[in-house]
Amino acid sequence: MKEMLNIALPKGRLGEKVYAMFKAAGFPCPSIEEQNRKLIFENEEVGVRYFWVKPSDVAIYVERGAADVGVAGKDILLEYRPRVYELLDLDVGKCRMAVAAPKGFRDDPTRTLRVATKFSRIARDHYAGQGRDIDIIHLNGSIEIAPILGLSDVIVDIVETGTTLKENDLEVIETIVPISARLIANTSSFKFKNEAIEKLLTQMEG
Amino acid sequence: MSAFNCTLRREEQAVFALRGLYEEYGYAPYKMSKFEEYDLYVRNKEFLISDGVITFTDTDGKLMALKPDVTLSIIKNSRDEAGCVQKVYYNENVYRVSEDAHCFKEILQTGLECMGDIDAACVYEVVLLAAESLRRVAPKAVLDLSHLGVIDGLLEGLSADVRGAICRCIGEKNAHELKAVCAAYGIAADVTDTLQRLVSLYGAPTKVIPALKALVGDTEAVATLETLTAALVAGGYGDMLRIDFSVVDEGRYYNGIVFRGFAEGVPDSVLSGGQYDRLMRQMGRRGGAVGFAVYLDRLGRMPEAAKEYDVDTLLLYDEGCDLTALYAAADGLRKEGSVMLQKEIPAKLTYRQVYRFVNGEVTPV
Repeated sequence: MKEMLNIALPKGRLGEKVYAMFKAAGFPCPSIEEQNRKLIFENEEVGVRYFWVKPSDVAIYVERGAADVGVAGKDILLEYRPRVYELLDLDVGKCRMAVAAPKGFRDDPTRTLRVATKFSRIARDHYAGQGRDIDIIHLNGSIEIAPILGLSDVIVDIVETGTTLKENDLEVIETIVPISARLIANTSSFKFKNEAIEKLLTQMEG
Repeated sequence: MSAFNCTLRREEQAVFALRGLYEEYGYAPYKMSKFEEYDLYVRNKEFLISDGVITFTDTDGKLMALKPDVTLSIIKNSRDEAGCVQKVYYNENVYRVSEDAHCFKEILQTGLECMGDIDAACVYEVVLLAAESLRRVAPKAVLDLSHLGVIDGLLEGLSADVRGAICRCIGEKNAHELKAVCAAYGIAADVTDTLQRLVSLYGAPTKVIPALKALVGDTEAVATLETLTAALVAGGYGDMLRIDFSVVDEGRYYNGIVFRGFAEGVPDSVLSGGQYDRLMRQMGRRGGAVGFAVYLDRLGRMPEAAKEYDVDTLLLYDEGCDLTALYAAADGLRKEGSVMLQKEIPAKLTYRQVYRFVNGEVTPV
């Protein structure tokens, strides 16, 4: 039986976009294109197995070797620092990690800055680089309302178009890092399935 | 595999096999205490794989630590005499934060160190033993080799921060980020290009060495790598050998040859090592050193055929039966595999066959 290359795709629009890239690179899987609720799809002929996982879990699947390669946002890679190879910037799913605050916010550097975020490590590293004392408030969603309700002074979050910020009277005051989707590989799979991974990489680079 | 080995867990089998291997090459066992003064780890913090150390205050007020690492203790107690080469292996539990579980774990580690007046033969022997260790513990393995001199030659004169940022990208095989980092720090375009090409170089020495020569020239580091890999290929290790520059050292303790071993089915490296003369200097030693560690806990993740049954034969007996006859019958059945004696069939126990012992006779149920 042909050795299978296991690929973790992030559920959602980004996943569909990157699947099209994998297909164009010579790793098609017709069953994934059918409308159903299955999560695992195989094409034995080509030797590929795709599975849909939560975008923030892709890096875990790859780091632990359940997937040989996967597509994860740079935000997740910076936040969780999985031990994986980051082989390619796919140049899709582009957005930025930014600091946002209520319009007209005046920062008082003598006070501890209260930062609400889902990305504690990125926020901590960013302000540590500035030598700024901060208080991290870790939230799992609806980050935008934290400054409105006085829970935090600013937020650190992903900004794509800025519409959500605008609708909540917030504005970007600083960009931390640009974000895009990256092709990642398990370090061990890279050795034992090298031919397939290199082929995929070359095709996708092209 | 002997019946004796069949009953051992994979980690135990590995300890058994590796101890034999290291003794064949004249390495002496090194036994040490579980504790070490905490100060040793503070002074060499960057050498440790994880930051966390379990500490406690000894009865004399000294701050002690449960060993998170073995190498530092061996160096501390090594002889520092000209012309002397010390060869030791160890088999120790270390206590550190597991990268997977994010909490302290007791980790069984085995490895060896060759320290003192070392030369190319010592380095070759240690790399050969690393390759042989992998071969003995994993059906399919890969040993990635690199020479830090290749990258050091390109990064000369850069500050530790910049070097660290570049090495992180190289370690991740992250050519796109590497380009951005080099641009941000104003590194020359030709150096950036060479570094990017190095990141994507991977494969058997026969394929990589010529490409490497074309890229960085016939440097001393390339010549060392070529001689070493040629000897290993001649020694029969060519099938598992790869050159990979993502084996880097951000801490700047290693120099020269560095390597990392992988076993198929284990998602992370199971062996890592290299030459660490810089660490020796930092600890006031004149000699050099080369060694490696095998992470036995990770070997347990190799896929294994699941056991079909808890026990091969379940032999049921009644209280008060003739013990001599019962145990003679059980011994007879034991020739076909494991036998468990019970009065009743235990819940959830799985077995291949079940017999009952009645009036000195064994009958299938």
